[in-house]
Amino acid sequence: MTEIYLDNSATTRPYPEVIAHVSRVQGEIYGNPSSMHEKGVEAEKQIKEARWRIASFFSDREDEIIFTSGGTEANNLAIKGAAKRNRNKGNHLVTSLVEHPSVLNCFRYLEEYEGFRVTYLPVDQQGLIDPEQLKKLVDKNTILVSIMHVNNEIGTVQPLKEIGSLIKKQNPSVLFHVDAVQSFARLPLKTNEWQADMLSCSAHKVHGPRGSGCLWVRKGTLLQPLMHGGGQEKELRPGTENVPAIAGFGLAARLTGENQHQKAAALGNLKLSFYRTLQQKGIDFYVNGPPVEESAVHIINLSFSGLPSEVLLHSLEERGIYVSAGSACHSRKPEPSHILQALDLDRDRLESALRFSFSCYNNEQEVEYAAAQTAEVVRELRAIIR
Amino acid sequence: MPAKIMVRYGEIALKGKNRGQFEQQLQRNLNSALKDFPATVKRLHGRFMVSGPEEQRETMQQRLSKVFGVVSLSPVKEAGLDLEEIKQLALEMVGNMPPERNKFRIKTRRANKDFPHPSPEINQLLGSYLQQHFPRLVVDLKQPSFILSVEIGYDKAYLYLERIAGPGGLPVGITGRGLLLLSGGIDSPVAGWLAMKRGLALEAIHFHSYPFTSRRSQEKAVDLCRKLALSCESIPLHMISLTNIQKELRSQCPEDLSIILLRRIMLRLAELLSARQKLQALVTGESLGQVASQTLESITVTAKSTGMLILRPLLGMDKKEIVDKATAVDTYNISILPYEDCCTLFLPKNPVTRPKLEVVENYEAKLNLDDLLEEAIGSTETIIVKS
Repeated sequence: MTEIYLDNSATTRPYPEVIAHVSRVQGEIYGNPSSMHEKGVEAEKQIKEARWRIASFFSDREDEIIFTSGGTEANNLAIKGAAKRNRNKGNHLVTSLVEHPSVLNCFRYLEEYEGFRVTYLPVDQQGLIDPEQLKKLVDKNTILVSIMHVNNEIGTVQPLKEIGSLIKKQNPSVLFHVDAVQSFARLPLKTNEWQADMLSCSAHKVHGPRGSGCLWVRKGTLLQPLMHGGGQEKELRPGTENVPAIAGFGLAARLTGENQHQKAAALGNLKLSFYRTLQQKGIDFYVNGPPVEESAVHIINLSFSGLPSEVLLHSLEERGIYVSAGSACHSRKPEPSHILQALDLDRDRLESALRFSFSCYNNEQEVEYAAAQTAEVVRELRAIIR
Repeated sequence: MPAKIMVRYGEIALKGKNRGQFEQQLQRNLNSALKDFPATVKRLHGRFMVSGPEEQRETMQQRLSKVFGVVSLSPVKEAGLDLEEIKQLALEMVGNMPPERNKFRIKTRRANKDFPHPSPEINQLLGSYLQQHFPRLVVDLKQPSFILSVEIGYDKAYLYLERIAGPGGLPVGITGRGLLLLSGGIDSPVAGWLAMKRGLALEAIHFHSYPFTSRRSQEKAVDLCRKLALSCESIPLHMISLTNIQKELRSQCPEDLSIILLRRIMLRLAELLSARQKLQALVTGESLGQVASQTLESITVTAKSTGMLILRPLLGMDKKEIVDKATAVDTYNISILPYEDCCTLFLPKNPVTRPKLEVVENYEAKLNLDDLLEEAIGSTETIIVKS
């Protein structure tokens, strides 16, 4: 059975070049980058190369890249690090209800254990926050705003330029963090236009190794480290560097970022043909989040009325198609994702949602086949499930 | 010096041929529990003596304490069959005790009647010797803070201060071979554990309805077997898909009878598998109660689908007792993971609580039962789960 992997927002298949590179670095370049001998120099060089490579997605300043163990750690370092270090300037933090758990739970922690006041912005049915509402919230007591670039479940692209300029107008010293895990190396990261101060990225979402990521930190931004140790990564992320994973991240970012514009267009077309094929098959479904043309090029979230997400997911899995469910069938009662819940959808749509997410490894033929199979599964299940 | 661990066993009523079988099976099971260690198991005046590396003593003890048939075990020290040697060893062992444990008693068991001193005399000689050296020691027969036990064997004397409880019961394999109907819930693993405790060697059967349920519910069954396998060598786990049967029931039979029909089919499949695997009894986590599948009527109608003996070890237990046991056996935390083995889509809202056999049989007659059973048995995937 052919395997069609349409869960690329969860993780992506590593490029063969990346696997080979990680393996070579693991086997041959085993020195500690901090060692004085040539083994150390050699390892340090790998990190330097990766750092340059990744800095090229920002402002080419390699000293603004802090390597981490992934997106979660980058978000933790940005949010907890900025809040704690800057608490002398104020006590108020802002984020949205549709952030990734690694963002939301940092704020909940700061609220519960560190005495910060946190505002969680609601979103509209497309998953967009209202910049005007945000503007009213930011005051001289606000020290950090964290808003994601692309939503991981519904593909909403937040108006970061508008957000950035509004919050900085209200209070120029507010730090602006962007979780860019879903958009890094896929969409342009306009850090200056957005007036962003920090941006989180992850390697495994761009066909790189797991356990690798980074936080871009604009020069001059003060953070408190999460860990203390031997001074690596400008003392913001101590510990002997994960050289193979960092090297793999560098290569994966380069390969994904090449011809970014054409690739984005191609992914957008894949998504559209998936959507159109599904429409042509004549089954009923809803699009969750923004209209298909407006969401991020690689994510589409659909609901199939009456069919529990998990049953759909496993039925597609049986046909070799791997997707993600918007609702897990926990303990006999479905638990819809917090993101879909924030969209204020009705129960039926929440419990029947599926996410399809595409990558450069998918092609036209595959996604059309997947759409046809989805239609067939939906039809079959609707016949069984009364 | 290798570590020595004395293993006690015994249902008191053991005698004659039974005893020999019991000991042989237990020795095999002890050996298999210790397969990861360079250890030996020797028979000794109604006990087993395990020798192995001292640095692995605690892990060995832990494994041994889970073997059914073991009543208790003790790490022991050996002395020659000589009172002076025994005194010196006792002195050394008691010398290492924290001083606040100062109320003591000595318990001697003389298996070797050629040893010149009878047990009470040894107690007395050894006790006063220890008191001479450690004036803080007071004899307290009722509430001692430590007991020094002495066993006089045929080659050596054994001294110990500690006694670790085993699970008791009978060595697995001695009473026969059974098939456990293992769901992902709290009850059935406990039923399996109790059946093994009475010497039954188990295979397990798990029903799933993939793709209507997650693969993780099957992984859960594997994990539960892994826990149970700590008390035996391994458990073959057979996983059978009920998906098509459930679809068929859904289209052919009334919703409120679906559970009873499905349970009867499960028993038939278990019976078919037992014949193939030469298993003598079924073990279920059923208990008597008031809800749908637990009424006397339901259990009766379900059981009528098979001619096999069905063992229900949980029948006398309350839910709380079952949960406590599941916690002790360490299956509880796996059981409560939220992966269902049966999809809610197939569960009726109001199942019949007092089903009638004729009605159920009438609907079964409409199904192409033989084909459905054959197809399901054909879907069996078996894995041998080792601890």
